Amino acid sequence: MSRSLTYRGYQPVLSVKARAVPIVSTMAGSLVPALLPMIAQAPVVPPFGLMVLLAWRLLRPGFWAVWAPLPLGFFDDLISGQPVGSAMLCWTLAFLAIEASERSVLWRDYVQDWLVAAAAITACLLAGYFLALFAGGAAPILAIMPQILASTLLFPAVARLCARLDAWRLR
Amino acid sequence: MARPSNRRPGYSRRAQYGLFFGYVTAVSGAAVALLLLILSAVDPNGFGALKGAISDATLPITSAGRWAVDRSSDAGGTIGSYVNAAGQVRELQAEAKANQTRLIEARALAFENARLKRLLGITERGAKPVAVARLVSSTGSSIRRYAILNAGYLDGVRNGMPVRGPGGLVGRIASAGAVSARVALITDGGTIVPVRRVPDGTPAIATGTGDGLIDIRALGAENITFKRGDVFVTSGAGGVYPPNVPVAIIARTTRESFLALPVADPAALDFAIVEPPYQPQVEIQRRVLPPAPGQ
Repeated sequence: MSRSLTYRGYQPVLSVKARAVPIVSTMAGSLVPALLPMIAQAPVVPPFGLMVLLAWRLLRPGFWAVWAPLPLGFFDDLISGQPVGSAMLCWTLAFLAIEASERSVLWRDYVQDWLVAAAAITACLLAGYFLALFAGGAAPILAIMPQILASTLLFPAVARLCARLDAWRLR
Repeated sequence: MARPSNRRPGYSRRAQYGLFFGYVTAVSGAAVALLLLILSAVDPNGFGALKGAISDATLPITSAGRWAVDRSSDAGGTIGSYVNAAGQVRELQAEAKANQTRLIEARALAFENARLKRLLGITERGAKPVAVARLVSSTGSSIRRYAILNAGYLDGVRNGMPVRGPGGLVGRIASAGAVSARVALITDGGTIVPVRRVPDGTPAIATGTGDGLIDIRALGAENITFKRGDVFVTSGAGGVYPPNVPVAIIARTTRESFLALPVADPAALDFAIVEPPYQPQVEIQRRVLPPAPGQ
């Protein structure tokens, strides 16, 4: 536990596995919607890449660099069908917003983490919707509401999974 | 739990610089992302090679998944068809009898059609399919409607080729990888298909709505209205999509728009056929003919 409570710049040396697990799991999350063997006719699958990234961010605030969402978002854009740059932009802005919110908040608990994640997911999905419209797509805004709801409700499960992975990577 | 003050680097100059450059990288990266967004609005198929490489790499998993889904749904269907088999046979026999007359009529019409075409000197060039493959997965988390096809550049699939199913039009190739390709479905907001209503040939434009429907807009005169059940086929105008492929059936009409369901349901699709882009020189001559009846 003491490993996470380190100051930036004094991080303990992490093994390759401990460094790779969050990155690989986020990329795997990005791949999930594209791996499901179905032809979706509406955006029904939650954005698992973003959810895993947020779960790691809230679990281990010091792990990610502020610019980490750029390459991960680029990878997600190549798969998700969104215009390239949309996840890069939205995820980075979400990270900066979370960073800013942490300056004012002293204490944080499970419910607060969930609310922060829900706000970030909602904002990213809405922004992604408008960016996809800008890039030539079309859909009524109601089409993404089930997705927002599902990802908010599923987030605790993803956070739990990340906590399991965290215990495994630092073993 | 108290938050660790992780972003406060203390007095280390090096750590302070590191943090500062982290922010600089994030903000300038966001600016680059904005540029990429503008670029992708201009050229939606950018980074096609990278997209193709990723869908190629994941193809074994998606194909296996699709295979498993097909097998399990087949099993359900097989068991289901044993129940009430006798009733189904009787129904089908009655249907076959009813269809026999129509079949003969259709044969006569086909013959007549061929005769008239010979008369006008139009040679029918049947498009030879480029590839026959399966749609294995899709972009389920975005409002863009793309599906992944398990045939790619090595099978002769190229950007812009039309894709049809056994029932009707599916979409067109957005980007091709080596062994997989991305298909922009007709329900995607960026896909526009010139169509005409059968049997009277009223021209219209079909645009995807991103949520499984297709928006049909009449071309030309303002007062044309469509009604529920109207069937639309591709007109072949402008090339790319071959003519007379079923596209959509009007399912819902509102005051300002006509929403249609695609004829080919990609979710139930076994195989998709990739065809070479249609070239409309022949079609110019064909316009003098009335559209073929019974389609």
